[in-house]
Amino acid sequence: MAKTEDSLDPEMNQKLPTGGERLIQCLEREGVEYIFGLSGGAAMPMFDALLDSSIKLILTRHEQGATHMADGYARSTGRPGVVLVTSGPGATNTVTGMLTALMDSAPIIVICGQTITSMLGKDAFQEADVTGITYPVVKHSYLVKDGSQIPRIVREAFHVATTGRPGPVLIDVPKDIGQDPCDAPFTDEVFLPGYQVPSRGETQPIAQAARLLRDSRRPVLYVGNGAVISGADKAVTTLAEKLRAPVVTTLLGKGAMDETHPLHLGMFGMHGTAYANKAVADCDLIMSIGGRWDDRVTGRLEDFCADAVKIHIDIDPAEFNKIVQPDVSILGDARLVLEDLIPQIEMADTADWLEQCEKWRKLYPLKYPKQGGLRAQHVLDRLDALTEGQAIITTDVGQHQMWAAQFLRARSGRHWISSGGAGTMGFGFPSAIGAQFGNPDKKVWAIVGDGGFQMTLMELATAFIHKLPVNCLIINNNFLGMIRQWQEMFYDNRVSGADLEGNPDFVKLAQAYGVKGLRIRRPADVDRILKQAHDDPGPCVVVAEVVKEDNVFPMIPAGASIAEMLIEKPKGPLAKPTGST
Amino acid sequence: MSAAIELALPVQPIHTISLFVNNVPGVLVRVSLVFSRRGFNIESLVVSPGAEGDFSRMTVTCSGEHEVLEQIIKQLSKLVDVVHAIDHSTDNSYEVEIALAKLECSLSERAQILQIAKHFKARAVDYGPESVILQANGSSEKIDAMIMLLRPYGITELVRSGKLLMARGKKTT
Ligand SMILES: Cc1ncc(C[n+]2csc(CCOP(=O)(O)OP(=O)(O)O)c2C)c(N)n1
Repeated sequence: MAKTEDSLDPEMNQKLPTGGERLIQCLEREGVEYIFGLSGGAAMPMFDALLDSSIKLILTRHEQGATHMADGYARSTGRPGVVLVTSGPGATNTVTGMLTALMDSAPIIVICGQTITSMLGKDAFQEADVTGITYPVVKHSYLVKDGSQIPRIVREAFHVATTGRPGPVLIDVPKDIGQDPCDAPFTDEVFLPGYQVPSRGETQPIAQAARLLRDSRRPVLYVGNGAVISGADKAVTTLAEKLRAPVVTTLLGKGAMDETHPLHLGMFGMHGTAYANKAVADCDLIMSIGGRWDDRVTGRLEDFCADAVKIHIDIDPAEFNKIVQPDVSILGDARLVLEDLIPQIEMADTADWLEQCEKWRKLYPLKYPKQGGLRAQHVLDRLDALTEGQAIITTDVGQHQMWAAQFLRARSGRHWISSGGAGTMGFGFPSAIGAQFGNPDKKVWAIVGDGGFQMTLMELATAFIHKLPVNCLIINNNFLGMIRQWQEMFYDNRVSGADLEGNPDFVKLAQAYGVKGLRIRRPADVDRILKQAHDDPGPCVVVAEVVKEDNVFPMIPAGASIAEMLIEKPKGPLAKPTGST
Repeated sequence: MSAAIELALPVQPIHTISLFVNNVPGVLVRVSLVFSRRGFNIESLVVSPGAEGDFSRMTVTCSGEHEVLEQIIKQLSKLVDVVHAIDHSTDNSYEVEIALAKLECSLSERAQILQIAKHFKARAVDYGPESVILQANGSSEKIDAMIMLLRPYGITELVRSGKLLMARGKKTT
């Protein structure tokens, strides 16, 4: 490595790298191209080392933004995203990002500065027990106690973050260890006797699954994030076509099969399409391919596919029997399991079933009023027509997220990025920036609400500085829309803390950061302005001033069963939902 | 919760789990978080170095619903620092526990106390003018029984090791 040689003193008096330099060198060996972060006292040795590194530092305006950028980078590329922050508040600002990554199985590495070893536990300035605070939100974590362990820890951290079910890994580095000389040799070995990575599935349950699929007359393939992570796009499509079975996906499974494929019924669950939900409710067999039977898709468990055969493919054994008791569970990587399953598949007798699904598709299409002002659905529908699945779409959390999931049809994996498990507002825009760094040749669109955007909008500066072509579409309803919808539907329209009066002019706000700001007021402007932003080589904020009080349908109230799905706004008042949140 | 009350009120089933873990800082927190997150109460926990220096042994007894236990074992196994986690609730493992009990007693009571101790093969390991410390070892149930009999004499302090366990024959603990 050129750098190490540069630091050799010509007088044979060899200068050793510091721990911080060693750590950065280890990251270089892992192939890291970007680090997202923000410095502080305890992290200075590592930030200093970055000046001599091939790794590009992306200075964010907030540590939360750094974690979501790393996450968006990771989800869009499949490579781990790396975050570097300082101790105490810098580190605690990454907690939300780690929860977000954990819930959605995204590989990120968060490196924090820490107070010097001798002051640990003594309430030193900016000390926080970050390892302690983050136990519940990491896949694994390390507090570096000895500089000689740096190469091993970094290697292990990358291995753990990226293999099996991916997730966030934290490395907490005391400042003295970052500063002191460290010549610990690099290592490629990983010795983790307690860590197994499943790959191929066992023969017997796969054969059993093949038999059950053959005998099924009304099968449904339920595709989750595991299929996206394992790159099972092709395998899922082949299986669906060979079996002639309809496919539904979760919010995070979008893209594991082209949503414009005739066998694809779109997303199911709380705000899924009515036809996907009807198929799930009526199937005689449901096979989860890397989905974890989340409460947002099952609704009331006792009623969920009560009489259907359940098959579950997952790389995480702890997912089996957690929510449902599958008839067959197959431990393994989704793609590898499907590749072993496919040769055993015979075309099932599903002609009637597919016909039924098509009927539902015609009977209950996704729809929205074409009159009465600008609608988010219209804007997103047109963005789908413009991008045709070629752009990477990220979203924030709320109504716009659900409409985006309904109207933007993902054509391939890693093109749809959304905070599903954690539902983290503020995720959308920074994750798009991260995805743009990882995919310089692709167009990236963030779709955000006016509420969530304001949680991480300072990253406009990051987008501006790096002249990223990333676009941010703000669906501005001047409300915390999803909250207002629930209050309208379940709380007698008693709107509490959901009105965002006092919103800034987002166009001017963008311009204040040097970012182009465009506004859509009328349906007639949609295509022109979306195209203008799409073709612009720099960052653009597009503000769609949509009708204030619109609701997302279909909707299955939390904790209700699919049979209780509301296709449109009900006349009377509704009981308060019983399900989780 | 004292053992005696526990016997009287078996609210939730008791499970015994053995863990083989990396001997590193934080492993105990990671393990205990798995239990607390699912609402399991840890009744006893013994940690000791394993035969190889880099690993530790944990024996955990806990109370909670049967259906959740399977999940807990899986969540424990998922921890990077846990090499394996095994539920021994139903197998016939060799189990033992040590207890120390301090009783404040008059001379007249002492003979009766020592009589009970003898029956349970417990030893008096410290005599004071008005107190005695008994050391008992054996199955947790045996110790529970002894303590129940001693209670009327006034146990002022009770320290139990928690259950230790080893699978029989060639089975892994
Ligand atoms: C950090 C965080 N805080 C609160 C919530 C709860 N929440 C879910 S959706 C929502 C409203 C989002 O409003 P907005 O960003 O304007 O999007 P809209 O629903 O209007 O499309 C809120 C507050 C959340 N998901 N995340």
